[in-house]
Amino acid sequence: MKPVRKQRLMLIGVMLAVLGAAAYFALKAFNENLMYFFSTSDVVAGKAPANTPFRIGGMVVKGSVERPGDSLLVRFTLSDLSREVQVEYSGILPDLFREGQGIVAKGRLDGRGVFVAEEVLAKHDENYMPPEVASSLKKTAERP
Amino acid sequence: MSVIPAVVNRFFHQTASPPYFYALAERLAPWLTGVFLLLLAAGLYGGLYLAPSDYQQGESYRIIYIHVPAAWMSLFVYVLMAVMAGIALVWRMKLAEVMLIASAPIGAGFTFIALVTGSLWGKPMWGAWWVWDARLTFELILLFQYLGIVSLYGAIEDRRAAARAVSILALVGVVNVPVIHYSVEWWSTLHQGPTITKLDKPSIHVSMLIPLLLMAVAFKFYYLIAVLQNARLELLKREATSQWVKNLLEKTA
Repeated sequence: MKPVRKQRLMLIGVMLAVLGAAAYFALKAFNENLMYFFSTSDVVAGKAPANTPFRIGGMVVKGSVERPGDSLLVRFTLSDLSREVQVEYSGILPDLFREGQGIVAKGRLDGRGVFVAEEVLAKHDENYMPPEVASSLKKTAERP
Repeated sequence: MSVIPAVVNRFFHQTASPPYFYALAERLAPWLTGVFLLLLAAGLYGGLYLAPSDYQQGESYRIIYIHVPAAWMSLFVYVLMAVMAGIALVWRMKLAEVMLIASAPIGAGFTFIALVTGSLWGKPMWGAWWVWDARLTFELILLFQYLGIVSLYGAIEDRRAAARAVSILALVGVVNVPVIHYSVEWWSTLHQGPTITKLDKPSIHVSMLIPLLLMAVAFKFYYLIAVLQNARLELLKREATSQWVKNLLEKTA
């Protein structure tokens, strides 16, 4: 390789390395802001902001969904398998909302430590399979 | 003494000559189109008709057959452009500049399709057209990068100077590619994690996976067709005064 080309190649290499490092530190600095939601453990540990709305994410605990009265009010418990948070929401839930499903809710904590949601989004997982496969997987998992 | 064998070297030198490349691209076009149409037909038939519905998302998941290949291409084309930019800067190779410029609008198109289909998928599944999570935000930035490259090239009159500026811009922007790819793992996002590109076995049933891979290859062929067509046009514009273009015109006239 001609020296001048080698030099240019080195220059590009150095540029990319510096850029990569800069991007790494920038993203590290914004790490908190890039998190779309707080886990339930974070919220229980008091890491979530107290007075501004924030998002909470977790799994809807099986058997926890209840609808008191005739209104659109729904109560359920969110969990990340270690800590649980009670959520209240009044409105229409997305189709994928069901027990055992991951969701992300936006809202704030009230005085009782209950999360009052203004918006509920369903998070779907990265698994795709036909219904028959899913049910047979479930059966094998339930077998002792 | 070079590490690259002489045959390979000659092949590259020959292909890089504008008249040779122009003719080669013209000859390849019908073959590429044929393969693309076959793959597209097989992929769509497999994906929309043969593949079973999903256990959770029902029929709605089928938009995956457009969304995922387009999103992959948006990253793939950018990486190719960055490689072209490197070659253009180091070796000052004209054809690399031409391929870089020819790729940018196509990459922008793939990114746009990925964003739009993602939005159409997000509304019924998540309950929102758009959320500012890390994956979606960085993908939107990628679209702006592509548009920036197209505009910068258009803004500078001297094509070689423009190509050099664009090459640097393209190289700078390549940091976004790994960020987009790993965004779903580094941060908590509404977008789900990777299905296929993880070290574990893919978490998609094989009857759904095969059409997806067919569509991915079909999109690659579409890119090839489009980029060669664009590159031929760009070559003609650049070399409008050269002898081979004049000969070409006389032949067709």
